[in-house]
Amino acid sequence: MSGKIITANVDNNIPTAHLSPSSGWTSLKLNELWEYRELVYFLTWRDIKVRYKQTVLGAGWAIIQPFMTMVVFSLFFGSLAKIPSDGIPYPVFSFTALVPWTFFSNGLSQASNSLVGNANLIQKVYFPRLAAPLAAVLAGFVDFVLASIVLLGIMFFYGIVPTANIIWLPFFLILVVITSLGVSLWLSAMQVQFRDVRYLVPFLTQLWLFATPVAYPSSLLSEPWRTLYGINPMTGVIEGFRWALLGTNTAPGPIIIISSLVALALLVSGAFYFRKMERTFADVI
Amino acid sequence: MNNEIAIKINGLGKQYRIGHRQSSYSTLRDTISDSLTAPFRKVSQLIRGNSKQESGTIDLIWALQNISFEIKRGEVVGIIGGNGAGKSTLLKVLSRITEPSTGYADIYGRVGSLLEVGTGFHAELSGRENIFLNGAILGMKRVEIKRKFDEMVDFAEIDKFIDTPVKHYSSGMYMRLAFAVAAYLDPEILLVDEVLAVGDTRFQKKCLKKMEDIGQAGRTVLFVSHSMPSITRLCTRAILLEGGEVKAEGSAHSVVCSYMNSGTGISSTREWIDPKKAPGRDIARLRSVRVCNKENEVVDTVNVHQTFAVEMEFDVLTPGCTLMPYHHVYNEENINVFQAHETDIEWRGRERPIGRYRSRIWIPGNLLAEGMLYITSGVTRLNPIQDQFCERDAVVIQIIEEQDDAFSARGDWPNDMGGVVRPHFSWDTQFDPAPIDYSSKRNNSEGEASDGKIKGGHFG
Repeated sequence: MSGKIITANVDNNIPTAHLSPSSGWTSLKLNELWEYRELVYFLTWRDIKVRYKQTVLGAGWAIIQPFMTMVVFSLFFGSLAKIPSDGIPYPVFSFTALVPWTFFSNGLSQASNSLVGNANLIQKVYFPRLAAPLAAVLAGFVDFVLASIVLLGIMFFYGIVPTANIIWLPFFLILVVITSLGVSLWLSAMQVQFRDVRYLVPFLTQLWLFATPVAYPSSLLSEPWRTLYGINPMTGVIEGFRWALLGTNTAPGPIIIISSLVALALLVSGAFYFRKMERTFADVI
Repeated sequence: MNNEIAIKINGLGKQYRIGHRQSSYSTLRDTISDSLTAPFRKVSQLIRGNSKQESGTIDLIWALQNISFEIKRGEVVGIIGGNGAGKSTLLKVLSRITEPSTGYADIYGRVGSLLEVGTGFHAELSGRENIFLNGAILGMKRVEIKRKFDEMVDFAEIDKFIDTPVKHYSSGMYMRLAFAVAAYLDPEILLVDEVLAVGDTRFQKKCLKKMEDIGQAGRTVLFVSHSMPSITRLCTRAILLEGGEVKAEGSAHSVVCSYMNSGTGISSTREWIDPKKAPGRDIARLRSVRVCNKENEVVDTVNVHQTFAVEMEFDVLTPGCTLMPYHHVYNEENINVFQAHETDIEWRGRERPIGRYRSRIWIPGNLLAEGMLYITSGVTRLNPIQDQFCERDAVVIQIIEEQDDAFSARGDWPNDMGGVVRPHFSWDTQFDPAPIDYSSKRNNSEGEASDGKIKGGHFG
């Protein structure tokens, strides 16, 4: 037999795996990632379980972090600097932005460290490496849900009722996942070789925070600059959250489109870069 | 033909780069300019993805080179070799952890690897949680883990602590749990790297038994170990790696033998020329040990049906003592095959005068099975008992058997034979042509095959 039979049934003649040197850009093998979906689930679940082990405040940290930032922002930007807030009470205005932002920045810092953090696994077991950063980003969901409950409480306190636009919220949630994952794929793959990334990430998130309309509204900018501001995908996410939840009258249509395109570009390019670097992970990590 | 192959490896090589600059920085200016430009170089390399090709001179190391072999379905193959021979690298390539640099490997079937037990355990999680996590990491489905959960816990013997975080486990419990998860992995091809050094002796035996079960259930197993007894016990075939290349390949027995011979530095003759350095005390000292055949020639190998002698020379330095020379013989599994004490009537119970003695023990043919025999030689004083010397692994001899040996106990059997001894019994077979009714007897002979405590069925 020649071994070139392509009938799927004759599985004995077709290797389940053909291991040979590869070069250049390789396919994403998303079907394989799908086969390992349970691993993604368990890794996510592990990250959630372990995150607040042996802490006194436990999951309280998920709330304290954005809440205290909101208090500081309200004091300095809201009360002292009198930064406009699209007609919304400043604490609600900033907290609505801080909830997705915290999800993004925590996801970024966890996921960019996910390969190096799982070095022993990567050196010992095969699994689609994409599962590691993916699980790290997804694990932030629990924190996100907890912070969202607090957000609803604050909105209730200020008597703000979510608009019907809230049905768009899942879309913005997906957008923040895509952005976070896209950047993380680049950074985590780089960190395998260059541990500089570990020092870069906190610095990067800090700069990014101020480059994103968290403490101020994007409506400070005039068109077309405001739309161009959407190149930062987190602008789209945060304006979207505000629009969907608080009903700010600054509908962010064009911003969202640009942000979505940029986020997708980040994810796709990140995924390919990750796959390209993946083959040396076990050797250099 | 093709259907039977589980793994086909062709010209496989794995190269590791150990990058380092050959010329050290010559001047401070170079150092500074280099450290200034280095980040840019690195970044540009990073973007192009070939980060290592330009950074100075590079040491290349071939961890594996030109490896080619095939493994058939259901074979249990041992991979042996010294440290750095490439055993673990080979398993890493086969389990897809790392890519080969040259050649290819085709794998037919689901691969499970057990490269290091306990990988992926998280200290903060409980035993129960870790079973699920580790199972998923090894590629098991959740329903599958649930189904085997009780068996795993049973096997690991940790049922009381299943909800305790594993960081509070003793190292033995930790390893047992880890092995249990891996042992119940159900792949078609199992890659195992040094896992049997787990727990106490009793648990090790249990692990070995489990491994045997896996092999007997028709799974293909590739097994890396430094433990030659495990290799010879579990594997039908073995591959010896040395410096990243296949050095020998064949039946587990013969490959283990050639490995042991090449590595140990023990031969079939040994002599202590300087009497002051010879093993021994003030009464007796060992001078030489050798293995020879009937023609009194020193030999490395002996045919299974041939008689051979182990000869020991020793000096007696103090008169008036009763001495007893002896040999202890061990096989490659470190099993004490026999002990022999001198029984020569001329010297039994008699005080020995000063001088040199040459004691020989004649070991008859068709007594010992094929394999390596390690001979420990000693002389002990009797009344009171006091060892003068006891030279561990003084000499080694390999018993071999040729396939068509008309004088051996092998008969017409073409494959490996077990057993520590290989006596050539006399057989007596009678023939009765009377017809026998089989149909009524059949039910009685079946159904007694299950082996009690460790259930055999879950791999089927």
